Amino acid sequence: MTTQATGKPLDRVDGRLKVTGAARFTAEWDVPNLAYGAVASSAIAHGTVRSIDVSAARKAPGVLAVLTHENAPRLQPIPEKIGETQFRGEGGISETLQPLQTAAIEYAGQPLAVVVADTHERARYAATLVRVAYEERPPQLAMATASRKTLPEMFLGNSKEKLQVTIGKPKSALAAAPVKVERVYESAITHHNPIEQLATVARWEKRGGADFLTLYDTTRGIEVLQEVMATSLGLPKESVHIICPFIGGAFGSKGWLYAPPLLTAMAARAVGRPVKIEWRRQDMFAVAGQRAATRQTLALGATRAGKITALQHDTQTHSSLSSGFTEPCARLTRMMYAVPNISFTHQLSHLHLPSPCPMRGPGETVGSWALECAMDELATELNLDPVELRLRNYADKNPETGKPWSSKNLRQCYARGKELIGWDQRNPKPRSMREGTQLIGYGMASTMYPAGRGEAQARATIFADGRALVQSATHELGNGAYTIFRQISADALSLPIERVRFELGDSALPSAPTTGGSVTTATVGPAAQAAARAALAALKNLAVRDAESPLFGAATEAIDAQEGRLVLKTNPAKGEEYGAILRRAKLPSVIAMGGAKPGEEKDKYSFYSFGAVFAQVRVDEASGSIRVARLCAVYDAGRLMNPKTAHSQIIGGMAMGVGATLMEATHYDPRNGRAVVRNLADYHVPSCADTPDMTVEWLNIPDPHISELGARGIGEIGCVGTPAAITNAVFHATGRRLRSLPLTPDKLAFS
Amino acid sequence: MHPFQYQRADSADQAVAAVAKTPGATFIAGGTSHLDLMKEDVHHPSLLVDVSALPLKQITAFEGGVRIGAGVSNTAAAYHPDLQQRYAAMSEALLAGASVQIRNMASMAGNPLQRTRCPYFRDPAQACNKRTPGSGCAAIGGYNHVHALFGASKACIATHPSDLAVALAALDARVQTTGPRTIAFPELLRLPGDTPHLDTVLEHGELITAIDLPAFAGRSHYLKVRERASYAYALVSCAVALEMDGPKIRRARVALGGVAHKPWRVGPAEALLAGQLPTEQLFQAAANAAFADAKPLEHNAYKIPMGRNLMVRALLETSGLQPMQGPAGTAFAASVGGVAGRLATPR
Repeated sequence: MTTQATGKPLDRVDGRLKVTGAARFTAEWDVPNLAYGAVASSAIAHGTVRSIDVSAARKAPGVLAVLTHENAPRLQPIPEKIGETQFRGEGGISETLQPLQTAAIEYAGQPLAVVVADTHERARYAATLVRVAYEERPPQLAMATASRKTLPEMFLGNSKEKLQVTIGKPKSALAAAPVKVERVYESAITHHNPIEQLATVARWEKRGGADFLTLYDTTRGIEVLQEVMATSLGLPKESVHIICPFIGGAFGSKGWLYAPPLLTAMAARAVGRPVKIEWRRQDMFAVAGQRAATRQTLALGATRAGKITALQHDTQTHSSLSSGFTEPCARLTRMMYAVPNISFTHQLSHLHLPSPCPMRGPGETVGSWALECAMDELATELNLDPVELRLRNYADKNPETGKPWSSKNLRQCYARGKELIGWDQRNPKPRSMREGTQLIGYGMASTMYPAGRGEAQARATIFADGRALVQSATHELGNGAYTIFRQISADALSLPIERVRFELGDSALPSAPTTGGSVTTATVGPAAQAAARAALAALKNLAVRDAESPLFGAATEAIDAQEGRLVLKTNPAKGEEYGAILRRAKLPSVIAMGGAKPGEEKDKYSFYSFGAVFAQVRVDEASGSIRVARLCAVYDAGRLMNPKTAHSQIIGGMAMGVGATLMEATHYDPRNGRAVVRNLADYHVPSCADTPDMTVEWLNIPDPHISELGARGIGEIGCVGTPAAITNAVFHATGRRLRSLPLTPDKLAFS
Repeated sequence: MHPFQYQRADSADQAVAAVAKTPGATFIAGGTSHLDLMKEDVHHPSLLVDVSALPLKQITAFEGGVRIGAGVSNTAAAYHPDLQQRYAAMSEALLAGASVQIRNMASMAGNPLQRTRCPYFRDPAQACNKRTPGSGCAAIGGYNHVHALFGASKACIATHPSDLAVALAALDARVQTTGPRTIAFPELLRLPGDTPHLDTVLEHGELITAIDLPAFAGRSHYLKVRERASYAYALVSCAVALEMDGPKIRRARVALGGVAHKPWRVGPAEALLAGQLPTEQLFQAAANAAFADAKPLEHNAYKIPMGRNLMVRALLETSGLQPMQGPAGTAFAASVGGVAGRLATPR
């Protein structure tokens, strides 16, 4: 048997490239004859461009062209749907507004002109010379008073994810419940803020007399971007080539908003040279998407014994004028507890603010915060241990669909989490624990993430030198994709990992979906396996037909792949190395395609990862400062492909959860709708000094139904659950409920 | 960024001459604040005269106190053993500010000259009298969470962001300039009035050459509250310098940060403290006096109770009535709330 690579805590295979600067990120491609674009954007949030004066910019040194809505090429609208995902309209994922197509302004920071020059600095300077006269109208900036409010029916057009749902009779059940908790929770707008800002390099050329576009872009949705660009620019899909081997973080951005690549492509076409546009950090608060603010009303009804009889979750959130993206806050509410009567609604206010888009744990992160804080409040009302309340309402099947879970071991997560944090050693009475001047508190929350799986293709090549290459157009966002797919491929090829490479990040490779929704491991892993096996099958066919092979004449089913050799199952000593077969056949390699997609199990089971997060906090009440002392989390996320990269991904998610809880907030000016804070000195993401000791454990129980690998995606679950665990710990420390994220010092001490 | 000229000065005289004769010229030392503002289209200097190589990097004894060269890095000053021991508030303020990388670049004269973190100042599309005189103040009526309680005007409600400046104000530091003249610390920086574009009283082409710390035989301390445990500006901060006469306070100097356009010395509170035995009650009374004239805006009223609590704690810790949160002269002593993770030594 070949030594198994999956399940091993291997180092990140691209780690050395990254720490030495050799990994090439989008803005770093050295494209000959490159010109540089810089964008001038709208100062106002609502109105029209009355006139735009580009004469000074046009005359500035090195300027090659200035594009505005007056001279930019017309674009075709983005598609209604791509694959299964609804792009346009209420509940859709993207914005229909395309850059430089109209004088209308829907949000501050909307691109109004792109200046192209021979250097980056000259382009930036010239962009400051663009003068815009506006016809300004009052922007709508408050959810409550928006004139356009809608009730989107489905999230991303998915009939399995309705946004307005009633199960049973929650209203009457709530009215009849002997114990009730009804609370309002509010969360601020937050931004993804990956280290790598948005960037695109666009190059046009003629191939066979027709236009061909190559785009280097910071995208984590290569195939979708290819389709959006082809549709918008009126090209066949094959005439758009997207390249992105490394992404410097995305967290939900870089997937579903397309002004940056469209502007770059238009600019490159206008000047007849390749053009690069790198966006500034300030622009990231306008064109890169955001998590919308929410106002969530939770109502829980329960028996005195702690059985929840009614659960209502009503969310108000917002989008832009041209996007219907709706933060789906009821994702836990609909499935976490065995409640007979559940209802949830989502009301969307369309505001003159930039478009939101998914952000790590879309819906789950802030929706679970509200639900799990309300659960804690109910536990207090019932004088019940918060873990015990959750156990009394443990769902043995999906309460919405009635389907069995594919695999659920959440009880073990609660039990182990309690041990890790020392739950039973705490004094459960609120405001009872101190260390010096600081109050100490413990809190917990349930967590989950849907364990999705999609369809993907891969190609495997076995070379005559005994090495192999597996390829699929997935993405490396820092998630560890290069590493785990190399591990999965090596196992499937029965080769040591050093002899296998994995390539991704190129639309010329076999198709893979957008890296999002924590589906990548479960989707691309089986495709890599299928391709590897197809390549081995081709090799077996060569061997059994080759009179000089020790396997000549054997049935292919009787042959096994072991340690880089094809051998007879009954007599492993009889066989030969992969390379030997190819060399004798005078073939440089054998190549095979493979694909994988979910089957009928998808409709039979409800697929989720689960977990329990426990937090210990220290609160300095006089100043309102909250510090997280410890986070302990236990996850049931299927079989881990690589515990080391998984650990990094999870603690990164938990640190992001710390940020969402304690400090992250984007404020738009209440009068003019401009993002007030637009830099990383004043928009706070957690520093090392904010990041606590984190103990993460895994049950590592394979999901028997998701795929042969038993592996689920883990990109987002770390972010979910952490905010509620911390907020509940702050209550335990102080005896005070804070119901507005983030829990900045002003909120605690002086609200 | 707008195009600009750059030249490196070999002497202070040369630097002064170059800036003085060129409209729109300015000095640059560490550049940690200035370059950001140039990139943000806020500063548009015609000429940058680089003073970072000038021989202004000595820390020397001076009239019983210490003279710190203008070009000494924030890091070098913060960890200078004599300064750390004798002027703990200064080291604490430096180390509780910015990041290691920024402190390595930033100079001692440059730090107190950094410009406000009022977010409206940094966005050329917003009205700001500090950036564009006469354009108005968008922070008034806007998002004014981090703005001033004291000394604001109808033209500007910004606060001064430097931690160091607050400690220097409490220590009665003075700056030496090429004027040549000596300017006492609080007076170096201005209130906004109707000319908020002027942060300091320095003339065009006047260069700070040194910061003098007068002799001081008491205890000093700096405390800072912020929204992130490291690398964040103060919501409110407080520097205290106490000199004792036996069990009684002989002289107390208290400066507040994050509450005004300059470090805010609280004279009436200082007067209350002088000649008294240190007690929590006394400190509470002093804190109440310090904030009696505070004028909150829509979003910053939290700074009043936060600031009072902080001032009381700073006095308690400086006078020894309450232990500090970490060793004197370090970021741990200054950082209210401490860092995440377990307490190293649970108390």
